[in-house]
Parts: sequence; C-alpha cells; structure tokens
Amino acid sequence: MTTELLTPSPSPPPLAAPARLHYLNVSRGLASWLLTKDHKRIAILYLLPITAMFFIGAYFMAVVRLHLMTPEGALLSADTYNRSFTAHGIIMVFFFLVPVVPAVLGNFFLPMMIGAKDLAFPRLNLLSWYLYMIGAAWTLFAILAGGVDTGWTFYTPYSSRSSSYNVVPVMLGVVISGFSSMLTGINFIATVHRLRAPGMTWFRLPMFVWTLYATSFIFLLGVPVLAMAILLVVIERVLGVGIYDPRLGGDPLLFQHLFWFYSHPAVYVMILPGMGIVSEVIPCFARKALFGYAFVAFASFGIAGLGFLVWAHHMFVAGISIYAALVFSLLSFLVAVPSAIKVFNWTATLYKASITFEAPMLFCLGFVVLFTFGGLTGLFLASLAIDVHVHDTYFVIAHFHFIMVGGMVTAYMGGLHYWWPKMTGRMYSEWWSRLSALIICVGFFLTFLPQFVLGYNGMPRRYHTYAPEFQAWNVLSTAGSSILGVGYILPLFYLPYSLVYGKRAPANPWQATGLEWQTASPPLRDNFEHTPIVVWPPYQYHLGKAQNEP
Amino acid sequence: MIADIAIWVPAASTNARSVDLLTLYLTVVCGSVGLLVAVLLIYFCVRYRQRPGETANPPPTRQSHALEWFWTLTPIGIFIFTFLWSGAIYYAAFSPPADAMPLYVVGKQWMWKFQHPGGQREIGTLHVPVGRPVKLVMISEDVIHSLFVPAFRLHMDVLPARYTSAWFQATRPGTYHLFCSQYCGTNHAGMVGKVIAMEPAEYQAWLTYLGEGSLALQGRQVFLKYRCLSCHSATATARAPNLEVLYGAHVPLRDGRTIVADDSYLRESIYQPSAKVVAGHLDVMPSFAGQVSEEEIIALIAYFRALHAGETPPRVESFPPPTSTPPINSTDAAP
Repeated sequence: MTTELLTPSPSPPPLAAPARLHYLNVSRGLASWLLTKDHKRIAILYLLPITAMFFIGAYFMAVVRLHLMTPEGALLSADTYNRSFTAHGIIMVFFFLVPVVPAVLGNFFLPMMIGAKDLAFPRLNLLSWYLYMIGAAWTLFAILAGGVDTGWTFYTPYSSRSSSYNVVPVMLGVVISGFSSMLTGINFIATVHRLRAPGMTWFRLPMFVWTLYATSFIFLLGVPVLAMAILLVVIERVLGVGIYDPRLGGDPLLFQHLFWFYSHPAVYVMILPGMGIVSEVIPCFARKALFGYAFVAFASFGIAGLGFLVWAHHMFVAGISIYAALVFSLLSFLVAVPSAIKVFNWTATLYKASITFEAPMLFCLGFVVLFTFGGLTGLFLASLAIDVHVHDTYFVIAHFHFIMVGGMVTAYMGGLHYWWPKMTGRMYSEWWSRLSALIICVGFFLTFLPQFVLGYNGMPRRYHTYAPEFQAWNVLSTAGSSILGVGYILPLFYLPYSLVYGKRAPANPWQATGLEWQTASPPLRDNFEHTPIVVWPPYQYHLGKAQNEP
Repeated sequence: MIADIAIWVPAASTNARSVDLLTLYLTVVCGSVGLLVAVLLIYFCVRYRQRPGETANPPPTRQSHALEWFWTLTPIGIFIFTFLWSGAIYYAAFSPPADAMPLYVVGKQWMWKFQHPGGQREIGTLHVPVGRPVKLVMISEDVIHSLFVPAFRLHMDVLPARYTSAWFQATRPGTYHLFCSQYCGTNHAGMVGKVIAMEPAEYQAWLTYLGEGSLALQGRQVFLKYRCLSCHSATATARAPNLEVLYGAHVPLRDGRTIVADDSYLRESIYQPSAKVVAGHLDVMPSFAGQVSEEEIIALIAYFRALHAGETPPRVESFPPPTSTPPINSTDAAP
C-alpha cells in the first residue's frame, strides 16, 4: 500500500515535493497510536513508559545511596529504607531490565532484520503492550500508595506472613506484566520461524535475532513458573492455604526454588539481548565480520539452556543438601563458558579491523569490559566456599549490577544510539553522546568497585544502618553513583533535542549490512518497498555489501 | 579487631584461611584473564583504528576452530579445578567433626538467642572457646534469618520449623561481628550481635560464672513441667513410647517407615504429634504448638540426648524448684 504512494503518479507533480510518508506520519491522532498494530509504533509506545520506569527506579536508589552516606543512616526511617530498595529492585528488574531490549529494540528491529513487514501476531503485540502498561501502572500505584518491603525477591514466609504492606497488589502487577513478556516471546518465536524473507536462512540471521529467539524461549518456559510461585503466595496470604508458611504446613524453601527457577534465567533474559546488540555494533564499527558466528550463536543457546539448571546457586546457604549444592556449583561454572566464548570472539573481531569510535561503539566496548569484569566476579560466587562467605552481602550486589547495569544497560544504550537514526530519522550530537558513554563507564566503576570490598568484608545487603568501618567505601560508592547519574541524565536531553534540531539521518548512516538499514530512515509503514531477497550472511563488511545486495 | 576502615576482614577461624587462599587464587586467575582481555581490547582499538583516507574494509579474519576450541576448553579446565578446590573446602566447612561442642541458636525478629550445653543463655552476644570445634544448631521462631560471622567465613540460613547447622573452630581470641544477612523486616539491620572468642580457660570461667547446671537438666524440668511423664513414663502400662536411649535411634512408624530420631523428628513430634506416630501406639498425643517454646524444645532435646536407660524419673516425683536463678547483671559481663 505504501509502495503505491511512492510510485510516481501519472498526474502532474505538485509544486513542492510532499513530505515522504513513513511510519510516524502515515496516520495521526491519539487513536492511531493507541490502536496501532505497527510493531515500530508499539516499540515507541514501550520506549516512553520504560524510560520513565528507569528513572523512577533510579530515583529510589538515589535516595538509598544518599541514606547510606553515614553508618546510622542519613535520610530515611528503617521502613522507608526497606520500601525504597524494594521499589528500586521491583521496578528495575520487572519493568525495565526484563522488557527493555525485547520490547523496545526487539519489537522495532526483529521484523526489520529478517525482512518482514511486522511481527507474526500484530494484535497480540498490542495486547502485550497493554498488559505491560496495566501491570506497570498498577504496581507503581501500589508502590506509591503504601509500598512493599519484601525486597524484589519476595522471600517467604516473610512476604506471606510477616510483611504488612501492599504485597498482594505488587505481586499481581508483576504477574500481569510477566504475561506481557510471555506473549512477546510467543510472537518473536513465531516471527522468526515463519516470517523470514526469502534467502534468510537460519545461519544468515543477525546475532541480535538469535539472542532474542533464545530469550523468547526463556520467557515461555520461565514466566509461567514465576506467575505460579507468586500466585501461590497470594493464595496463602489471602486464603490462608499453607504453601510456604511452615505454621500452616508449608515449606518456605519451595518458594525460593520456584522463584529462582524463573529469576535466574531472567538474568540471562536481561543479558542475552544485550549480547546480541554488541554482536551487531562491534562488527559495524570494526568494519569486519563477527568472529566465530556459529560459536556465538550456539553460545546463546548454551546460556539459555544451562541458565535453567543453575537456580539453586542462590540457595547455597539456604539449607539445601550439600550434594545438591556441589552439583549446582559445577553447573554454575559451566554456564560461564559460553559467556567467555562470546567475550573472546568479540575481542577477536577487533583484530586487524578498521575501528571507529562513535557513541554506539564506545558503549559496546564499555559493555565488553564491564561484562567481563562482572562475569569474572561471578566465578567467585560459583565457588561454593567463597559464596558461603559473600552470600547476601554487597559482593553479590556489585556482581549483579556489573552484569545488569554495566552489561545490560550499557548495551541497551549502545543499541539505542546505534538504531536511533533509523527509529527517528535524526542524528544526535556526536560529542554529547560520546561524553555520556565515557561518564557512564567511569561512574559505574566508581559506584560498584567499592561494593566488592564492602561485601568481602562482610557488609550484608538491605541494611539501613551499618558498622562504622564500612563508611569510607559507602561514601565512595555514593559519590560514584552521582557521576553515573549524570551519565544517564545526559541522553535525556540530547536525544529528544535531536528530534527537533538534529541533522536528518540518511538511510544507512553507519554503512551497516543489516536489512534494517536498507530502507529509509524512519522506515516506511511496511518497512520495505519490496520484500528483500537475502543473498549473504550478515556482517559482510569486507565485500561492502548489504545482506540483500546482489 | 574492628578497624576504622575495612580493608580485609579478619580471618579468625580454621575455615577463614582456606577461603581466603581460594579467594586470592581466584583473584589472580580472574585478574590475569580480565587484564588480558582489557589489554587486547585497548591494543586492538589503538593499533587497528581507522586511519584517515582508509576506504576499503579489511578482509575477514580466517575463522579458526582450533582457536575457538582452545578458548572453550581452557576455561572449562580452570573451572573444574576451581570447582574441586572450592567444593572440598565447602564440604569440610559443612561436615562438623563428631566431637564438636553443640551450641543452640534461636533467631527471631530481630534478635539472636543462644543456649550453651551447660544451660547458659545469652541474647545478642555469643561466647565461644578458641581451638575447639563448635557446632551451631539453629532454628527460627518466625521468618528466615541467616547467621553470618564474616571473620569466621561462617554463614547459614536459619529457618522456621527446621533445624539447620553449621560449624566453626575459632583460632584467634577477639570480638567479631555477627549479622543477620537474610532480610527479615523493619529492623533487619538491627539484628546484629557480637561473637566473643575466648581462650578455653577463660571460656570455662565464664561458663562457671553463669553456672546454670546443664541444658539437659533444664530440659528435664521442662519435661516435668508439661507433665510429659504422665504418658512417657518407664512403667509397663505407659500410654506413650519410652524416651530412654531414643536420640539417634531408628524408630519404626505406624505406617511402616523407619526414621532416625533426630532433632527435627523430636521437635516435630512435640508440635505435630500426628505426623509420625510410632508403631504400636495410638495417635493420642495433643500438640504442644504455642505452649512449648523453641528454646524449651532445644532443652528437651538436650535432655533426651542425655537420657540413658533407667533414668526416666519415677511418676511420683514432684516438680523440683529451679536449681539456680538468672544472674542479675547482663550476660555480657564476664568476670
């Protein structure tokens, strides 16, 4: 239909060339957005609330970090502190980290990268967005109207018996948004199976598609278990049926098993698409094919598969059998292998390359360093003897922030900067974006390195007061987090600024080979004028040819 | 013991040194790998940066399966070695020696309560001897807590309705932090205490100063107080099983199973007597849930552990007065 609009009409040409039609201006009005079935518009619909959730979650942590400036606590009462770190965790994990890359960048680019017009089920995609919005609004309301103080992990029997806050509403919000992720997963799997353009064989899929595909399976297998575990807490709290509370005949450890059965793979939900982004960006700015494509693709599935078999490493001191602990420790070491393979392959891609350092590349190089650091500290936690000591201390906090924030959020920033010109048709400020990347990496190290020291010295997590000898490291960490904050706030200015004042983006500003770049910026309503025919594997930079260029 | 700025947590138990050694090893290995990646990354970025006027893209690097397998198998080798080493330390750290001195811990929101084998009780502060293995047997009255003594590299969750255990052997006298590390509500950060490791002679003197008799003796009083003897007597016509030399024995159940009479079984049989009824007996015992406290249960178990054949008191014995009164000064004040 759009092609018709673009074909020269026999009638005499108008005096001024009409504005080119693309997905943003093809129709107007609120209803055209709220009822859209266009995957690109839905991605934009996700981008706004997810960004808002990121800054709300960050606000709660800013309060917590300021509070920890002094050993006796500078700012908050014990209960307010507990509700703040809980709000931070729940918002960041369930409403930012898990959905952000699949729902925003995946939604927008998965169909484009395989040469499709849309996702397989566009209506289902819109339903996913509404579920996310309902879950997010509901949870946010519950958090503001009283809050919840269980920590994002909702451990029983504290959550089912002891906590007197809005446990049930918040849990329902998490379940509702979980269904949004699950539906997105179904949609992605069907799309990758059914809607690949002619010639887009499995081993011509860009790595970002591979990682989203693996992520979708985790959504599909894991989210129902999380929903079940959480609904059982609700049943116990509301109806008094004994599931987890030993006083009612339940088993508190059952909750931990069920919760981590999803929530550990969820860590890989968060990091896998980030790895996909890095695997797109590094070849593009190194002007070179990704080294070891097949190994990186299989490593993604290695991570997704093994990721389901390591959940009990969260429970090494929880009272599980020591033999079970030994098995889970070994598996936790093994799940690190595919990640190591990926890091080595990204590094090898740079060998004899021709590297430029635009903002997306800086973010992704930062990702490799931070992710490597986070992954290596994970080996300490896989080691039983050390994990027993640092379990539930700041060492664990620092480790998973290296993966989720240093890794995932940095990769997301890289992806957002990489694809921004395609999404909006505008170029952002080169100088400010590079500055933001540098500030984020420096601020990140300053924030989280001190927490490793704190953790090994024994400072437990979730403490609103602490022993005086921990103060120096806490002050350092808070100082670092203020730098990190500046790094995250900068894009909030220069990216929207670019929408109005930025240079118009060409179709392919980075000279990338992916199909998503072989159409106008911003793309047409149906993505491509003609269905592309794929003739090359991805990343054929040495040939200077896109995937569909004969 | 407690420095102004925490640099390296004191190592004050036998396990602490093994853990620290493993940590140092892993720091060196991970540090080298991390450094290697960082140096390569920076070197490549500088060496292979795009020069002005460069137009053609570089040819692809030849894919190397040998290289891929090298960096797949090498980490696996290192990981398995590390796993075996850390697994061995962990196994030892959770296998208490047979002669370990039992010490009982009850956690509740938001305090720690301790019971020594001699019957001495403390809250918040735990006195332990140096150079002697100590086994902690722990239970919670409400939600999950976790007993964490960083200086001993000792860490174990404390669960409601189930005993967990951990052991340590202190090596250096001193005062060390004791934290609850499993989030347990409002004053989680206030659920902290001290472990005071003392020379054995000093510890003995401290015990004598508090002089309580023994935990088993207290358990005997609990046993009499709740009139357990009405049924669990040593007479031929007793309504309930004889409890002499029961602890650790194999007990046949009515449903045909056989279980070991350990701490958990004894506790369960007091709170939920119907759960596992002994073969040849009827399910008539009332539940004592809500009446007997976790601390009384621990005393009772200590009593059963010490109850030899022929030692069950005769039915007629009256309830004896307490053998001692609690000291007036706080339990911290050792002589």
